[in-house]
Amino acid sequence: MKYAYYPGCSLSSTGVEYDISTKKVAESLGIELWEIPEWNCCGASSAHLTDHLLALALPARNLAIAEEKGLDVAIPCAACYARCKATEVEVKDSKEMQKTISEVIERQYTGKAQARALLDVFVNDLGLQSISTLVNKPLKDLKVVSYYGCLLVRPPRLGFDDAEDPQSMDKLIEALGGTPVDWAFKTECCGAAHATTKSEVGFPMIEKILTAAKEAGADCIATACPLCMSNLDMRQTQVGAKYGKNYSLPVFYFTELMGIALGLNPEELGISKHFVDALGIVKKLNEAAGRRDTA
Amino acid sequence: MERIELTAAWAEGQEVLAEVTKESGVRASKCYQCGKCTAGCPVAFAMDKTPREIMRLVQLGLMDEALQSQTIWLCASCDTCSTRCPREVDIARMMETLRIIAKRKGFVAEKKMDLFHDLFLKSVEKNGRVHELGLILGFNIYGMQPLKDAHFGPSMLLKGKLSPLPHTIKDNGEVKKIFANVRKRGGKL
Repeated sequence: MKYAYYPGCSLSSTGVEYDISTKKVAESLGIELWEIPEWNCCGASSAHLTDHLLALALPARNLAIAEEKGLDVAIPCAACYARCKATEVEVKDSKEMQKTISEVIERQYTGKAQARALLDVFVNDLGLQSISTLVNKPLKDLKVVSYYGCLLVRPPRLGFDDAEDPQSMDKLIEALGGTPVDWAFKTECCGAAHATTKSEVGFPMIEKILTAAKEAGADCIATACPLCMSNLDMRQTQVGAKYGKNYSLPVFYFTELMGIALGLNPEELGISKHFVDALGIVKKLNEAAGRRDTA
Repeated sequence: MERIELTAAWAEGQEVLAEVTKESGVRASKCYQCGKCTAGCPVAFAMDKTPREIMRLVQLGLMDEALQSQTIWLCASCDTCSTRCPREVDIARMMETLRIIAKRKGFVAEKKMDLFHDLFLKSVEKNGRVHELGLILGFNIYGMQPLKDAHFGPSMLLKGKLSPLPHTIKDNGEVKKIFANVRKRGGKL
């Protein structure tokens, strides 16, 4: 299995551990990722609020490079994925748009190279059965709420999962030996950049999600988006201080949880880069596994 | 409550309404005002007009009121409204288009948000990728809040989550050309 790989800007900075864990896990699973050389920013989430054509043209250049290579594109970041998917679909739907875009980017893109969410690739192309056979450190008794965020499964006509009650990440957690916990905030928006640009709007949105996860009885949150991660992890203490709450809720990229279950070293997966300590819970998992082995 | 003369407003609003409809591909007349968009909107609590009200203003041709609202800037583009609309109206696309047109007409109800997106795209045009540290520093300086979130800086740098210098891609001429070609076609960037 081989895909073009589009990490996107956040994965080389604030979301660097998403990039690290994606590459390590893909390697363990035998999936080859060909990083698009000299890829550019897809414009999320500023271009589509400024100019519709620019919003389609920026992702199109990356998709065109993948198309030349004859590969579909695996995309970890939910926001990048949404913008790339929107471009693919508009180009496919309209010959006129295809022509316009090709003129603007000065490359050919016909919509043949598809934008694929990394989660979709793992769950539906590789399959849960194959993944579960490779698990050697199951996430036993780890209660995880899957936080898909708003962009990964929308709009419904383009999605690989249910837009209101998606299941793929929950099933993945189960295949990794963990306990998926149902909750009502799977696709609720975290406010994206609002926490930075207008915190009086962004912070309450983050607060609701963290509180819901806590009330659902989760040990941790699994996410598929670097901006969701920043909001829920980096800002967790800041938001908690504002609302007088202490959530102490580790947040993982789903790829990190996969890496742990596949037996990779948590430090090497980048888990020490989180703001809310997430290594502690991994250590506890390993200790419990050790006790089970000796018992 | 302020009285609104609907007949005159309807005539006045037609030109902008046609522009919004053409650019968004969304027919506001399909909306039957059930309010499901507003019920599910995670940002409705902070808006000056609810998404349903914006749709009604557009239906009535009261375009200036829609374009001057904070709502179109506060919309987080999460698509919950469009996903749930029983009439399949793409409300999020409508919000996005209203915002683009509002900016073109000089109605910017949320200056800081506008600044953030401008700086973001400048960074992309210059380097091919967004330089997050540069974006945040620029946002704080131009937004006159130099120390906002500054406490995250040192640990972000230590964790290797922020790069002091931008990464400029080799083929950046191509990205600059994309911006230039969009401008040639009338894009106001």
